[in-house]
Amino acid sequence: MSLKKVSKEQPDKFEFSDENLDLAKKVVSNYPTGKKKSAVMALLYLAQKQNNNWIPLAAMKYIAKYLEISYINVYEVATFYSMYNLAPVGKYFIQICTTTPCMIRGAYKLVDVCKKNISEKENELSGNKICSWTEVECLGACISAPMAQINDDYYEDLNTKQFESIVKDILKDKKPKAGSYRGRVSSEPEKNRQTLLETKNA
Amino acid sequence: MLKVKVNDIDIEVEEGLTVLQACEIAGAEIPRFCYHEKLSIAGNCRMCLVEIEKSRKPVASCAMPVTEGMNIKTNTKLVEKARKGVMEFLLANHPLDCPVCDQGGECDLQDQSMFYGIDKSRFKENKRFVPEKYMGPLIKTQMTRCIHCTRCVRFATEVAGVPEIGAIGRGEDMQITTYLEKAMESELSANVIDLCPVGALTSKPYVFEARPWELKKTETIDVMDAVGSNIRVDTYGWEVKRILPKINEDINEEWISDKTRYACDGLKYQRLDVPYVKKENNFNKISWTEALKILKNKINSTNPEKIAGLTGDLTNMETLFACKELFQKVLKSKDLESREKNIYINLNSRKNYLFNSEIKGIEKSDLILLIGTNPRYEATMLNARIRKSFLKNNTEIYSLGDLGDLTYPYKVLSNSTEEVKKIIENNSDISKKIKNAKYPLIIFGESALTLNSSKYMFEGFKKFLNENNKINAEWNSLNIIHSNASTVGSFDLDIVSKTNDTLEKIYNNFFELIFLIGRDNFSFTKKNEFIVYIGSHGDKGAEMADLILPGAAFTEQDGYFTNLEGKLQMAFKASYPPGEAKEDWVIINEIFKLVHNDILFKDKNELVSAMHNYLSFSKKNELSNLFKEEYTSEKIFTLPIDYYHSNVIARSSKTMNECRNIRTKLKKTGTEG
Repeated sequence: MSLKKVSKEQPDKFEFSDENLDLAKKVVSNYPTGKKKSAVMALLYLAQKQNNNWIPLAAMKYIAKYLEISYINVYEVATFYSMYNLAPVGKYFIQICTTTPCMIRGAYKLVDVCKKNISEKENELSGNKICSWTEVECLGACISAPMAQINDDYYEDLNTKQFESIVKDILKDKKPKAGSYRGRVSSEPEKNRQTLLETKNA
Repeated sequence: MLKVKVNDIDIEVEEGLTVLQACEIAGAEIPRFCYHEKLSIAGNCRMCLVEIEKSRKPVASCAMPVTEGMNIKTNTKLVEKARKGVMEFLLANHPLDCPVCDQGGECDLQDQSMFYGIDKSRFKENKRFVPEKYMGPLIKTQMTRCIHCTRCVRFATEVAGVPEIGAIGRGEDMQITTYLEKAMESELSANVIDLCPVGALTSKPYVFEARPWELKKTETIDVMDAVGSNIRVDTYGWEVKRILPKINEDINEEWISDKTRYACDGLKYQRLDVPYVKKENNFNKISWTEALKILKNKINSTNPEKIAGLTGDLTNMETLFACKELFQKVLKSKDLESREKNIYINLNSRKNYLFNSEIKGIEKSDLILLIGTNPRYEATMLNARIRKSFLKNNTEIYSLGDLGDLTYPYKVLSNSTEEVKKIIENNSDISKKIKNAKYPLIIFGESALTLNSSKYMFEGFKKFLNENNKINAEWNSLNIIHSNASTVGSFDLDIVSKTNDTLEKIYNNFFELIFLIGRDNFSFTKKNEFIVYIGSHGDKGAEMADLILPGAAFTEQDGYFTNLEGKLQMAFKASYPPGEAKEDWVIINEIFKLVHNDILFKDKNELVSAMHNYLSFSKKNELSNLFKEEYTSEKIFTLPIDYYHSNVIARSSKTMNECRNIRTKLKKTGTEG
């Protein structure tokens, strides 16, 4: 991972929507008086949600003023955490887990699908600017590897073909069904298996 | 007191110290990069590891408080190995480009790698590269060299009060930068160059100028403002290459303002090196003998009443004293004036024009009231102390009128004399607060003392504070901030016009012969006056002069200055005057000789002892009686200071010009989003 680049195209203005303003007030009230700067991470997340999955500089300035801290303090936090996007990622943001269990189960094949269908490089918008993809570290769903996260949903037990159809749907602005693609519910064993004793080479 | 052992030496240390400080007391030197006495503790460089008995791992001594009975060891095998390991990590990504690095020769990393470095690198991977960051016209960055000690970040946030530097990214990608690479908007910004233990932040105007061991170092004082910061002037031959702070806990601690540090290139430009005479609106070079001959004729043909003199903002006390003698004994003129404006001043006692609480006293203050002063620009180092006091005691700060960003929060009161009247007549909340405060500070600025009701305000406040026992042997809460280095010295030597009308008479074109002794912050419509300018730079004063006698700047002659607290300090000669220019007091002495056929002072020593003799007399000056003590309802405007252009040296300096342009451009476009 390298230092995240701040997008060159920035909106001039950012303001919380009324709904988010209420939420922001609630978050700030969780902290003792005089310590409201602790709410910076939650507010950055709200801003990211509101602004199509990325945080513009105007939002950082807005939050800094809202919490009465300096711009650089917000900027430091936003650049530190990998889950804050500082450049547009499109309406659908695909994160493919490539940590060991997923990698063994073929995560890089999914990466190849993205390269072919969305964009040659990570963090680059597709031709119709609707989605982008990135490799991430473990998303905690090793039991159903390989998997990908699209916005808030997990797509699990994927193979190349299924993932390609998911990506194609997305490019047409259709939201595919989330969850396991081998018909599993949560992380239950397949075929009601209790142990691995009957499986060879398990 | 806690009993601890350092390298088997028993010592007693105060509670609350860190292990590093305890080791220092015991005389064991600890290497460090991130730790700095004046900044908060970060503990992130790990260079200060020591061994403590019963601790399984080496401990970062800068962040570990001392406890009773600690057995600290700093010279064991384990400590050396640990430090070597830390050093290897620090050097893993360091470019090792010392031959082309400006920090070379005074670099902490270079010095410490002599003890803890390894001759070979085991780091076979590619070294990290970080792009250069823009931090303004004073700071050159080479961020690949950065070891992430975060001293600069802490300095900007804590001391300078402009949280604009930060560390972005993380891990290997961590970078130190200003917010969106803007210039740092602080008058103390260049101190991060001294703080940087490596060559990541170096001085932009001084880039590739000299190596530290080639320079002649002279410890002297600064004259850019009345604070009198202690500095070290580094010269290479004639040229002043750079100016660095010298530690003086009572005045500037270990910082100096950007103007102090970077106005020094103004000593190279616009210098007057030979005498000039004006003929048909052209300046012609002449010799000293000719120049003095012209002057002699002029003096002899002018009625003493029609002679006036104005002394300047950077003039040292020897010159001032020599001028005084010259005007008294030879020219027989009473019109010698040091004030730039007709400010109210009470010369009956020194306490009436000093910063009585002293700069170090600000630290314990619990209430500060600013009247017509903007300390951020008038006395930058003093402002840093006010900020320190605010951070330490949460001092309540009030100002009459909004002054913009002072680097600390303050409450704005209405900027009218009525507000002052209310306070001194006990009709305001502030009067109560002053009474309840243990160490209140009332700070008058020169802007407030130019008003019609200045005497009413100043004397009224003095009375009010005296009645409430806020002026006593231990604490004097009445203060004045002067903005020029020579002001207090001039007042000590009584260089004010006895009739309080010299300036007015000059504006009315009463005089025929006017001496400007280093006076540049001055302008008037000239008619038939013959103006003699004695000074170092071709600036406003020289421009209107008819005869120019080239003098020396503050780094080119020994001279006393009294700072705003009344401390007498000496500026030492680091360089020499250019061309045929002479030290100022020598010129005055020669004028004396010219008219009187006798010398005023045999040598400098005689002058200095005569001056000290004069200073030791207690004098009475009735000047203040000439001001009317009247109350008029008026607005107190804090007159803006052109910070980067406040005196001749700064005006001639290219660096200061650049800073000023950037600052004005910032103001125009607006930095707010």
